[in-house]
Amino acid sequence: MTILLILVSAIFVNNIVLSQFLGICPFLGVSKQVNTAVGMSLAVTFVMALATCVTWLLQYYVLVPLNMVYMQTVTFILVIAGLVQMVEIILKKISPALYQSLGIFLPLITTNCAVLGVALMVVQKQFTFGGESHMLNLGESVVFAIASAIGFGLAISLFAAIREQLETSDVPKPFRGIPIALITAGIMALAFMGFSGMV
Amino acid sequence: MSRIDLIKKGLIKDNPTFVLVLGMCPTLGTTTSALNGMGMGLATLVVLTLSNMVISALAKYIPDKVRIPSYIVIISAFVTIIQLLMQAYLPSLYETLGLFIPLIVVNCIVLGRAEAFANKNTVMDSACDGLGIGLGFTLSLTVIGLVRELLGSGSLFGWSFTGGDGILIFVLAPGAFLVLGLLMALFNKLTQGRI
Repeated sequence: MTILLILVSAIFVNNIVLSQFLGICPFLGVSKQVNTAVGMSLAVTFVMALATCVTWLLQYYVLVPLNMVYMQTVTFILVIAGLVQMVEIILKKISPALYQSLGIFLPLITTNCAVLGVALMVVQKQFTFGGESHMLNLGESVVFAIASAIGFGLAISLFAAIREQLETSDVPKPFRGIPIALITAGIMALAFMGFSGMV
Repeated sequence: MSRIDLIKKGLIKDNPTFVLVLGMCPTLGTTTSALNGMGMGLATLVVLTLSNMVISALAKYIPDKVRIPSYIVIISAFVTIIQLLMQAYLPSLYETLGLFIPLIVVNCIVLGRAEAFANKNTVMDSACDGLGIGLGFTLSLTVIGLVRELLGSGSLFGWSFTGGDGILIFVLAPGAFLVLGLLMALFNKLTQGRI
């Protein structure tokens, strides 16, 4: 039940892009075509789940016992950067086909603030899934990360589909490019607000 | 280019928000009021100026292969300093900005300036560049915050003149996208052909 609540909440109600404003750079930058948008979201899902798992363990088994929580930002970003690099190398060796399709997105993910954002969120914020508010345990954190990434994927894929249509429409000159994309995103965010209050 | 020009170009010609379209997450996420936007902009300005200076001073000694990780370590050190200072002296602003303070580390403006400017210019020039881009960022965030606050909660810098009545949607998530989109179109219209 808790798992279901986390999924619905992170994918629809508190969508990471459209209501938390994390990962806007890839949302605007890699959303010109549906194919690349899907590739990007797969890569993000993989890295986000892995990164959240590793940083959760670091937080509770290294930083907290050593009283070094103030080093959180530094440690987390280094771990994520290292992890992305490692995933890239492993993927290249094990599955060249997957590397071909995800490879180009991997370096971009280090600076995707959604990854660091989710990793920080699960160790800083109290969540109220299923009753009283509590810090998420490891399993819940990973589910939350995967759900957030699915939310990111959903938003970016839908957005890419709309932008493909926008390419051929006659937009007033000052609005061409990013401005019209932002307004489209605003209307999508309005639609997603319909989910608020569900969980 | 003189140092004054370096500072000035960040305001309009190389404005990080409206021209370069970098650092969109804090731009959208923290501009619910003019003061919040300004606070976020100033925090980024300090990190950007200091990291630019340190990176330009150390650029000669950092091997090319590990330069990006080294820059990230330098930037995150300054972010941690700002984070702790804000927590101690501006706790209410720190609460409102929340997650976006540690996320300055992954703000592409900071890393972008390190890579594009600081590692091949002198310390003073890099400081001016950081200051200029930082001011441009602060200005844009304040303007966006101002518009959203004015429409959304009917107040200016916290001074209310409608008794709290406003078009709520502008302080909520969709308003951020709409206001930024419209302001960017306005900016394009006003600067057409001049940049």
